[in-house]
Amino acid sequence: MSNFSFPESIKSRPTYARLEPRAGKSYLFVADAEGAEAIIDLASNDKSLMSKSHVIYIPKNTGKKYTLQLEKLNINQLYIGPSYSAAQSRLRHTLVSSHMGLQLYLSGTEGLIGQAQRDAMVAGIPHTAIQSEHRGSIGRRMQCVHCKGITEDVDIDPYVCSHCGLSLFVRDHYSRRLAAFQGVCIDAEEPGNIPTAVELYK
Amino acid sequence: MSGSEKINVKVSKIVLLNDLVTRFEFKRIDGELFPTFSGGAHTIVEMKDGGITRRNPYSLMSDPMDQHSYAISVRRDDEGRGGSLFMHNNVKVSDDMVLSYPVNLFSLDLRAKKHLMIAGGIGITPFMAQIKQLDRSHGNWELHYSARSPSLSAYADDLVSMHPNDVHMYYDSENKSIDLENLLDGQPLGTHLYICGPKGMIDWAVGQAVNLGWPNEVIHYEEFLAPKPGKPFQVMLSASNKLVSVGETESLLEAIEREGVDAPYLCRGGACGQCETVVIEAEGEFIHMDHWLEDKEKLSRKKIMPCVSRFDGKTLVLDR
Ligand code: FES
Repeated sequence: MSNFSFPESIKSRPTYARLEPRAGKSYLFVADAEGAEAIIDLASNDKSLMSKSHVIYIPKNTGKKYTLQLEKLNINQLYIGPSYSAAQSRLRHTLVSSHMGLQLYLSGTEGLIGQAQRDAMVAGIPHTAIQSEHRGSIGRRMQCVHCKGITEDVDIDPYVCSHCGLSLFVRDHYSRRLAAFQGVCIDAEEPGNIPTAVELYK
Repeated sequence: MSGSEKINVKVSKIVLLNDLVTRFEFKRIDGELFPTFSGGAHTIVEMKDGGITRRNPYSLMSDPMDQHSYAISVRRDDEGRGGSLFMHNNVKVSDDMVLSYPVNLFSLDLRAKKHLMIAGGIGITPFMAQIKQLDRSHGNWELHYSARSPSLSAYADDLVSMHPNDVHMYYDSENKSIDLENLLDGQPLGTHLYICGPKGMIDWAVGQAVNLGWPNEVIHYEEFLAPKPGKPFQVMLSASNKLVSVGETESLLEAIEREGVDAPYLCRGGACGQCETVVIEAEGEFIHMDHWLEDKEKLSRKKIMPCVSRFDGKTLVLDR
């Protein structure tokens, strides 16, 4: 099962629900990896939906596992791309030329959901009007609060900043504007005293 | 003291706009500047009408950045409780009056890419101020204004001549109505919808937008909810230990205030939630008129909004 229920945390920490059909004029899905399962589930509930949908999908490390299934769904427009940044200009262009009544669905890892949410907010969709469902890896997109560098798919705590090399404590403090959680130097008080990294949520 | 701060003003100008609508302009008595406000804000106008003090909310329709005067436009309501009639019949230039500081329950969401405004009749007033605000920041907006007839459409001529491409008029007398479905369809992503007018119009526009998949977060509306007259009733105020009679044409809130009991309020139109009051005991029927309480709360008989709601029955005891 690709669902994980995050334990309750501070208010800043995003929460997720299951994707649900909603009235609309057109539908846009952005998903990565196991996020495809959420689309497949929704499509099996509401068959007509996919013919009005545009799906932007990034398989990440799942290979062809889901792309073959997605191709069978009669999706009006299906784009499969290698990474979020490769898909981003397509997403932005789609949002700018979209009209009110568009329903946006995000599914997959937190990094994907957060970045697509940020692009959608810039395009004028209130973040509370976007449906998002977490699936797959619990790895998260972290920003080092010291050097501001982003490290993707962090699933251990503490982790080493891929930019400045500091050991960072993984916080639940989240920024929608940065689409990242905050990582804070763990040995600032006592340089060198770095606990061994543990897997998140283990 | 309840409500927002007060400003003592003099009526500086009265302009008859048509058979029903009159504009009142005010200057401060102390010569200071008025606070600026944001488009969509209202002020509460205090009226000393014989023995009763009426406090009615009116949208400010002057330029939000103009600190030298405030203006409101009042539609005469011959069936109402008399506030608008008092303004029309009794208020004269150079009269002293009291206004409240502006309060905004219908503000623009400045994150919007475009502001789509729907006005019905006197519902045009908050948009007058919002349009001035948006023009200053080169905002993207469009107004669809429906009125009974050209002679009863306050400010339509000014609006059309200043903004010929952005203002669209619809007159009942010409059998023209807003083609809302087509209007909503095709609006760019990031459009916010604003509606001000009679209840039927608000329900219709909100319903259409929701059906077309517009999120609630982008739908804004303001209904001019005036307290309706009704059967007189009695209310026991338990904290102040007073038995108060509410007359036919006064609201429960006005009756409480008449007895010298300080009760909270902000909008006096059933929208803001400030006046929410706990019911200690009730034997009879609540006449809930507000937009604030959830249906569940209304059924619970534990809360009432005295600015607009009434009661019909033997006993009503409030925690006030
Ligand atoms: S004063 Fe605003 S709801 Fe009663």
